[in-house]
Amino acid sequence: MLEIKNLVVQIEDKRILNGLNLTVNKGEVAAIMGPNGSGKSTLSYVIAGKEDYEVLDGEILLNGENLLEMEPDQRAAAGVFLAFQYPLEIPGVASMTFLKATLNAQRKARGEEELTTPDFIKRVNAAAQQLEIPKDMLKRALNVGFSGGEKKRMEILQMALLQPSFCILDETDSGLDIDALRIVSEGVNALRSPDRAFLVITHYQRLLNHIVPDTVHVMHSGRIVRSGGKELALELEANGYADYRDSEAA
Amino acid sequence: MPAVQETIDQVRSIDVDQYKYGFETEVEMEKAPKGLSEDVIRFISAKKGEPEWMLQWRLDAYKRWLTMTEPAWARVSYDKIDYNDIYYYAAPKKNPAPKSLDEVDPEILKTYEKLGIPLREQEILAGVEPQSRVAVDAVFDSVSVATTFKEELKKAGVIFMPISEAVREYPDLVRQYLGTVVPVTDNFFATLNSAVFTDGSFVYIPPGVRCPMELSTYFRINEKNTGQFERTLIIADKGSYVSYLEGCTAPRRDENQLHAAVVELIALDDAEIKYSTVQNWYPGDSQGRGGIYNFVTKRGDCRGRNSVITWTQVETGSAITWKYPSCILRGDNSRGEFYSIAVSNGMQQVDSGTKMIHLGKNTTSRIISKGIAAGRSENTYRGLVSAHRKATGARNFTNCDSLLIGNECGAHTVPYIESKNASAVFEHEATTSKISEDQMFYCQQRGLSEEEAVALIVNGFVKDVLQQLPMEFAVEAQKLISISLEGSVG
Ligand SMILES: Nc1ncnc2c1ncn2[C@@H]1O[C@H](COP(=O)(O)OP(=O)(O)OP(=O)(O)O)[C@@H](O)[C@H]1O
Ligand SMILES: [Mg+2]
Repeated sequence: MLEIKNLVVQIEDKRILNGLNLTVNKGEVAAIMGPNGSGKSTLSYVIAGKEDYEVLDGEILLNGENLLEMEPDQRAAAGVFLAFQYPLEIPGVASMTFLKATLNAQRKARGEEELTTPDFIKRVNAAAQQLEIPKDMLKRALNVGFSGGEKKRMEILQMALLQPSFCILDETDSGLDIDALRIVSEGVNALRSPDRAFLVITHYQRLLNHIVPDTVHVMHSGRIVRSGGKELALELEANGYADYRDSEAA
Repeated sequence: MPAVQETIDQVRSIDVDQYKYGFETEVEMEKAPKGLSEDVIRFISAKKGEPEWMLQWRLDAYKRWLTMTEPAWARVSYDKIDYNDIYYYAAPKKNPAPKSLDEVDPEILKTYEKLGIPLREQEILAGVEPQSRVAVDAVFDSVSVATTFKEELKKAGVIFMPISEAVREYPDLVRQYLGTVVPVTDNFFATLNSAVFTDGSFVYIPPGVRCPMELSTYFRINEKNTGQFERTLIIADKGSYVSYLEGCTAPRRDENQLHAAVVELIALDDAEIKYSTVQNWYPGDSQGRGGIYNFVTKRGDCRGRNSVITWTQVETGSAITWKYPSCILRGDNSRGEFYSIAVSNGMQQVDSGTKMIHLGKNTTSRIISKGIAAGRSENTYRGLVSAHRKATGARNFTNCDSLLIGNECGAHTVPYIESKNASAVFEHEATTSKISEDQMFYCQQRGLSEEEAVALIVNGFVKDVLQQLPMEFAVEAQKLISISLEGSVG
């Protein structure tokens, strides 16, 4: 589904991704772990199409389509979704309004009918209920004054509504309390399907207890330096990244 | 906000540099000779069939104006205006004072149709809820061409008619109030207006009456090289209420055109006036060619106790805007409010704000201003809040936010505060922000295009003010704002 070949990216003359290779198959949940500053968020931004980043080499294909030639909104319509590590605030715009505008924009881009208001409200309410998001919160301006955990839940609500085919979760677990971690994980698991793939960026095994990955990749200095099954995460939890630092020095 | 999707559609369907109302109507016009002189003023006065006192009033203003100089303190710059190169009166030749819609030139009716302003009462009545009806006074260049629902309003005791008609039919009322809020000598542009004003609306709401519908005036400048100098006078007698809206558009032209209006509001004891403006004069093209010079004096007098005056404005048009709708809080416990959205794009220059003059005891005022600057425009908020010695317990809250789109525009805030009473409490908040790239990326990541993202973020920014507008107009205004910002990104 997603194929990244030899991706080299810099920002302001600073190399951040150094020939990164990664393949995620349909239906797969791939976890990425790696030390702070190794380039995980950068990778997610480059997949989603944030400006600022200069792609010097390599390619990113989604179902064979070259993402690098598409605008961020086109990528979104093609199915890319990024749950942000730090979700943005949009003052004055009710969450409900934002959800409706984005959902309809994507439907339009794909040549689908816009949803009627009752249809839309039904869907939002169902998703909000599952994520235990109170209705009042949907009336508030998007993410403004939301707690860290509430913002993360709102990201997953958006994902549930937009039904993207390729979902990137950037440290969605950080800031979540124990119950919220379970609720959000259940929300993600409910979306798992043979047609959808996930790239889950996290520092901690505890998220992967809930969202059990098919593969685990270790990222270091802008490259995937090791890949394995879910047991790799346990190994990292026990040993940290010291081994990789050594290998870097060698 | 219900209209986001419509806003977005509207934005999509419109090209950069396309002002939707820029068409011209072909009608034969009668004009006064070009330039300004006593003769021209006599000509205007005669055309309007005015009584002698009105002519004298104009001539006094003209004499005064000759001694005045154009103000230069605003943060706007423009080539010198040649006041003798302007026509001060232009009216449709055919039937300049039609008695009914059937007598109005069909070309003019078509114009208002194209502008989306309903003038036929029957059409308005069909399928519309009674409470959302709007009575319209349509001013075309220098004359009012139609006023709707006059009869029905009359039954409620409300007088709503062109001011030139009111001068003839209700001379005592007009004489009692005209120039009492904006004196003839007030400022260069107001004095000019007093000398040459041509038409505008007159409203009188009798004691205890709640005006049964929204009143509105729609100003259209059509003729080339013609200034529009309208005059509006609204009086809300004791315990009455009225909500009034004005709208305005003009054709696209390469030359600048002058618009210098005066609006006076008077609220007596326990009366309330809500005055809303959606200003969409032709703003000029993206290179700064053409556009209306909008030099306007608007002032409300809370003359009675417990009276309320609210100004709400959505300013998107004009090459230059020079406008400070103000409140004189004379009556004890009176309240003044100013809610403003000023959008500037291209080469537009806006210098706008308000004055809240606290004279009475326990008077309160509230100012919410949202300036949005894009392109190479300059957008200034200028405000004065003052408390007189006797204004014990005066309170003001001011919130001024500016939003910048791009790097070539400017936003400025110039607040003046004067307090001669120690018990007065004035609060002032101001912020300037930019639409951040991160916000844009976030919205785009969710599937919104650049334009849709800007429209959404701006709609959020102005929400507090939009909520103040009557519902029908809020949707219009929201669309207008998005259209005005068309081409401001990318
Ligand atoms: N705009 C920028 N200018 C300069 N350096 C940047 C910029 N953005 C990111 N970087 C650098 O790129 C590197 C990778 O950052 P990134 O956010 O991708 O790391 P990460 O793996 O997500 O880290 P964390 O686990 O802390 O979230 C860091 O060293 C960071 O400082
Ligand atoms: Mg990160």
